[in-house]
Amino acid sequence: MPQIEEVNVDQFRHLVSERALTGETMLLNMGPQHPSTHGVLRVLLELDGETVINAIPDIGYLHTGIEKNMEAKTYLKAEVMTDRLDYMNPIGNNLAYSMAVEKLVDLDVPPRAQAIRVILTELQRIASHLVWLGAFGLDLAAMSVFLYCFREREIILDIFELCSGQRMMTTFVRPGGLWRDVPVEFEAAVRDFLKIFPKRVDEYEALMTKNPILMDRLVGIGILDGSTALSHGVTGPMLRASGVNWDLRKARPYMGYEQYDFNVPVRTEGDTFARYIVHIEEFRESMKIVEQALNKLPMGPVRSDNRKFVPPPRSEIGVSMEALIHHFKLWTEGFPAPKASVYSAVESPRGELGVYLEGDGGPKPHRVHMRTPSFDNLSVLDKITKGHLVADLVAILASIDIVLGDIDR
Amino acid sequence: MDKKLEPIVQVLQEKFSVTVEEFRGEVHVFVKPEQIVDVLTLMRDEHEFELLSALTATDYWPQNSPRFHVIYQMSSLAKNVTVQIRVPVNEDQPKVPTATRVYDMANWREREVADMFGIEFEGHPDPRRILMPPDWKGHPLRKDYPLGYEEPQFTFNLEEIDLRKPYAKE
Repeated sequence: MPQIEEVNVDQFRHLVSERALTGETMLLNMGPQHPSTHGVLRVLLELDGETVINAIPDIGYLHTGIEKNMEAKTYLKAEVMTDRLDYMNPIGNNLAYSMAVEKLVDLDVPPRAQAIRVILTELQRIASHLVWLGAFGLDLAAMSVFLYCFREREIILDIFELCSGQRMMTTFVRPGGLWRDVPVEFEAAVRDFLKIFPKRVDEYEALMTKNPILMDRLVGIGILDGSTALSHGVTGPMLRASGVNWDLRKARPYMGYEQYDFNVPVRTEGDTFARYIVHIEEFRESMKIVEQALNKLPMGPVRSDNRKFVPPPRSEIGVSMEALIHHFKLWTEGFPAPKASVYSAVESPRGELGVYLEGDGGPKPHRVHMRTPSFDNLSVLDKITKGHLVADLVAILASIDIVLGDIDR
Repeated sequence: MDKKLEPIVQVLQEKFSVTVEEFRGEVHVFVKPEQIVDVLTLMRDEHEFELLSALTATDYWPQNSPRFHVIYQMSSLAKNVTVQIRVPVNEDQPKVPTATRVYDMANWREREVADMFGIEFEGHPDPRRILMPPDWKGHPLRKDYPLGYEEPQFTFNLEEIDLRKPYAKE
């Protein structure tokens, strides 16, 4: 049985102020089971009355060794693990991983698959921002927003269920394309959503944006400037709320993002309210992208016909011996990838989701590293909460949009 | 290689005599451990690499010199280019100077690499484990670290396994 060591303040001597050692300020644990920590995050707070002097996040409670587990699986099977990383953004994770595999083995993706990937990841971005907005409202005691957000999110999850049979953890995007084509009802379902959703965003704005109670709690709280954000590796809406116009969809377009017309919302204040506005604006921009992609959705295959890497469609297996062999080989042995490494990144709802993928010539990855945005976004917490009240810490934490599965992996 | 990247790589080659590899348009620059802080500072201050996107490592066990590569994935927002800096580290002395003074981002990511690979970052201001519990033995992402499993307990061996099963007991 392992020895259970008692924790004392000496271990945190280099992190807390001198006053904590004499007992003048109080050390208090927030979490890991606190409702506003969005999962299992523990923050060790050093408090002077109600003012935060230091906030030391302690992570790892949800560490499941996904990177290690992926090394023991073939490239196709390892993808299932990526759904569980950032459970608010499974399709985006699939896309990031699939793109890394495609880059490593040099696979092409048909245009129809690219367009559907864009539609689904943008819908996923909306769903993720909805959960963010709901939880953000909940932390600020705006209960009804949470209920409305989950109502709309349900429509998106129904669309995912229609395509893949799963509401979350879809594994729908696969290396070389998609699992299968979307059903005929897909277009109508997405158009229905696009029809109702703009009004619903207005509804959230009516509830929150000009609400004086909310403004009091958000404006000027947790100010993060652009250069600190960059030095901390902060990306995504949080970086854009700090006045840095950086979006990988614009900067290094992938999956044909260059053909869609959309704006990147940027605010310069860098406070909690700016982060809120950027998220709201992104709802509208994502809707624009979905609509354009749907309007020019090309016909054609949805997966690469490079049979050495992509399993053949089900219908072919019954009539073609080669297809059966390929199917069998790909699902038992997998495909070999070159002894080299690639880094490919996508813009997830939280920021730059990068995948470092290294092959060793065999069918299993030598090393997979997920550069998850929440990890770096959270690292800035200590800097932006100093001097604020505990209640503001809750608002700041909510605005960072952390997903603990994404942080701990 | 990207045209915007060529002069930068040339400067690195002249100043630090680095080796350069390329794969699928990605540029990998190999740097010695003692040079890494200077290289990162030069990249940040003179070539506008404001963002250190990722900091990770990879293990080449059973090969022992170098056994690890520490990887710094850098992005320049102004020039819109990326470059990867790789630092080979030997098994007998897995030490790299810390980059926390150049990028704040390195603080947590170096803790992660130290936790997962057992590579020491010299001069790190907060060298605690980050993902694993503080009393954990070993470094999980090393290749010689087994994947691990839990022994299933049945009625007949429940108590026997319980004795050696690590969990918090009263």
